[in-house]
Amino acid sequence: MQGDLASTASTQITRLALRWLLYLLLVLFALYYLAPLFVMVTTSLKSLEEIKTGSLVSLPREVTFDAWGTAWSAACSGIKCEGLKPYFWNSIVMAVPAVLISTFLGAINGYVIAQWRFRGANLIFSLMLFGCFIPFQVVLLPMARLLGLMGLAGSIPGLIFVHVVYGLGFTTLFFRNYYVSISPELIRAAKIDGAGFFRIFWSVFLPLSVPIIVVTIIWQFTQIWNDFLFGVSFSQAGTQPITVALNNIVNSTTGVKEYNVDMAAAIIAALPTLIVYVVAGKYFIRGLTAGSVKG
Amino acid sequence: MLERLERQIPKFVLAPSFAAILVFVYGFIVWTGWVSLTKSKLMPRYEIEGITQYQRLFASPRWDTALENLFVFGGLFIVLSMLLGLLLAILLDQKIRTEGVLRTIYLYPMALSLIVTGTAWRWFLNPGLGIEATVRKWGFEDFTFDWLVNPDMAIYTIVIAAVWQASGFVMALFLAGLRSVEDEIIRAAQVDGIPLWRIYVSIIIPSMAPVFLSAFIVLAHLAIKSFDLVIALTGGGPGYATDLPATYMYSMAFSRGNIGQAASSAMVMMAVIFAIVVPYLYSELRSRNDAR
Repeated sequence: MQGDLASTASTQITRLALRWLLYLLLVLFALYYLAPLFVMVTTSLKSLEEIKTGSLVSLPREVTFDAWGTAWSAACSGIKCEGLKPYFWNSIVMAVPAVLISTFLGAINGYVIAQWRFRGANLIFSLMLFGCFIPFQVVLLPMARLLGLMGLAGSIPGLIFVHVVYGLGFTTLFFRNYYVSISPELIRAAKIDGAGFFRIFWSVFLPLSVPIIVVTIIWQFTQIWNDFLFGVSFSQAGTQPITVALNNIVNSTTGVKEYNVDMAAAIIAALPTLIVYVVAGKYFIRGLTAGSVKG
Repeated sequence: MLERLERQIPKFVLAPSFAAILVFVYGFIVWTGWVSLTKSKLMPRYEIEGITQYQRLFASPRWDTALENLFVFGGLFIVLSMLLGLLLAILLDQKIRTEGVLRTIYLYPMALSLIVTGTAWRWFLNPGLGIEATVRKWGFEDFTFDWLVNPDMAIYTIVIAAVWQASGFVMALFLAGLRSVEDEIIRAAQVDGIPLWRIYVSIIIPSMAPVFLSAFIVLAHLAIKSFDLVIALTGGGPGYATDLPATYMYSMAFSRGNIGQAASSAMVMMAVIFAIVVPYLYSELRSRNDAR
C-alpha cells in the first residue's frame, strides 16, 4: 500500500516536471520565431550611432522614429530619394483591383464547375489546377513580350493583369471546393422559382459564400502584396511595387548603410499583411491549408 | 431557342478564364519550350536549332552550382522544416492552454514577404554588426559566424531563413493531421498501457502519411521556385555561390540578355516540378473522383 502511494507520488512529480519542460520548450520556440521581429523593431528605433556601438539584442537607449520617417519618405533607391511612400501606393493600386477581379472570377468559375457540371468541366478544372503549380519562370519571357505588344509593359495595369491571370487557378479552386459541398437541390428549387443562372449565383450562392470570400481575398492579397518575381520583371522606375522598392533601398549602394532605415522599411512593407494575419489569422490559415491540400 | 441559349450560359461564363489559362499557361509553356530549342539571344528567334541550349546549360559551371545548391538547399529545407513542424505540432497537441497564441506566433512569418525575411536575416547574419559582433561583445572574442560572406557556407543562411519562415506552416498542416486521427484508437492504446511516445511513433505518425506527402509537395514546390529570398539575402553571392535555378533564369532573361538560356533553364525547372507534382495531383484527382 505504502509503496503504491510513493510510486503514484513520484509519477505525479514526473508528470509535473514533464509539463514544465513542455511549456519551457514551447516558450523557447515562440522566442525563436519572435526574436527576428523584436530585433527588427528595436533596430528601427535606434540611431545609427547606437547600432554601431550596441548589440543586436539590446533595447534602444534612446527611442527615435527618424529611421521610420526616412524609410517612409526619404530613403534612396538608385537615384531617387523618396522613400517607400510612392511604392506603398503602387502596391495598393495594384493589389486592390487584382484581388477583387480574381476573387470575383474565381467565385463564378467555381460556381459553374461545382454546380453546373457539363461534359469536360472536370478536364477544364484539372487543367486550371495544374496551372497553379507551374514555376512562373516558364511564363516570364512570353509575358514580357505580350505586355509589350499590349502597350502595358512596365505599367501597373500590366501587373494587375498578370496577377489576375495567374491567381485564377487558386481562386477557382477555393470556390469550387466550397461550392461542391452545397446540395444541387438548392439550384433545382431556385430554378422552379424561376431564377436563372445569374440570379441564383447572385442571390443564393454569394450570400452563402462569405467565409470563402474572406479566405480568398486574404490569400490573394497576401500573395500579390508579397510578390516579388512579377513585380521586378514587369515594372519600371516609378511603377514598382513595394517589395521591389524595399529590395532596391536595401541594396542601394550610395552613402552609409543605414540598417535602422532598412529595418523600418522592411516593417512598413510587412505591415499590411501582418495586420491582416493578426486580425483574420483563422481565415489566413484556412487559405494556406486549402492551397496546399488541393483537390 | 431561348432555353437552349440559357443552357449554354455556364460555358460562356467559364470560357474567358479557361481561354486565359490555355493561352497564358499552356500556350506560354509551349512558347518557352519552342524558344529553348532555338538560337535566341537578345531577341527571340523561331528557327528550331535542336538541343544546343540545353547542352550549353548543363556545360555551364554556374548552372551546375545552381542545381547543386537547389539539392542542398531543397533537401535541408524540406527535412528541417518537416522535423521542426512535426515537433511543434506534437508539442502543441498536448492540450496546451495557450495553444491559440502560440500557434499565431509560430505561423506569422508565413504572412511576410520573402523580401522582408531576407532583408531581416541579412542584417542579423552580417558579420560586422549582427550575431557575430553581438556574441563577441558578450566576451567570446573568437566567435565567428560569417556564413553570409563565406562562399562555402552562404547557401546554409538561405536554409536558416527559409526554415524560419516556413516551419510554422508545416506545423499547422501537421497539427490538422494529428487532430484528424481517431480519438478512439488513441484512447484504446492508452487503456492498453502503451506509452505516449510509442502511440505517436507507431500509430499516429504512420496514419498521417498523406499529410507528410502534401507537406513535402508544398515545400519542394517552394524550394524550386525560391527566388525572392536569395535575391534579398545574398543576391546570389558571394560570386555565384548561392545561385539557384530561379535566379539563374532571371539573370539570363533580364540582365544577361540570353533568352535561349533563360528559356531552357525555365523548362528544366518546370520538368523538375512536374516530376514531383504531376503524380501527386493525378492520384489526388483520381481518388476524389472515385470517392464520388
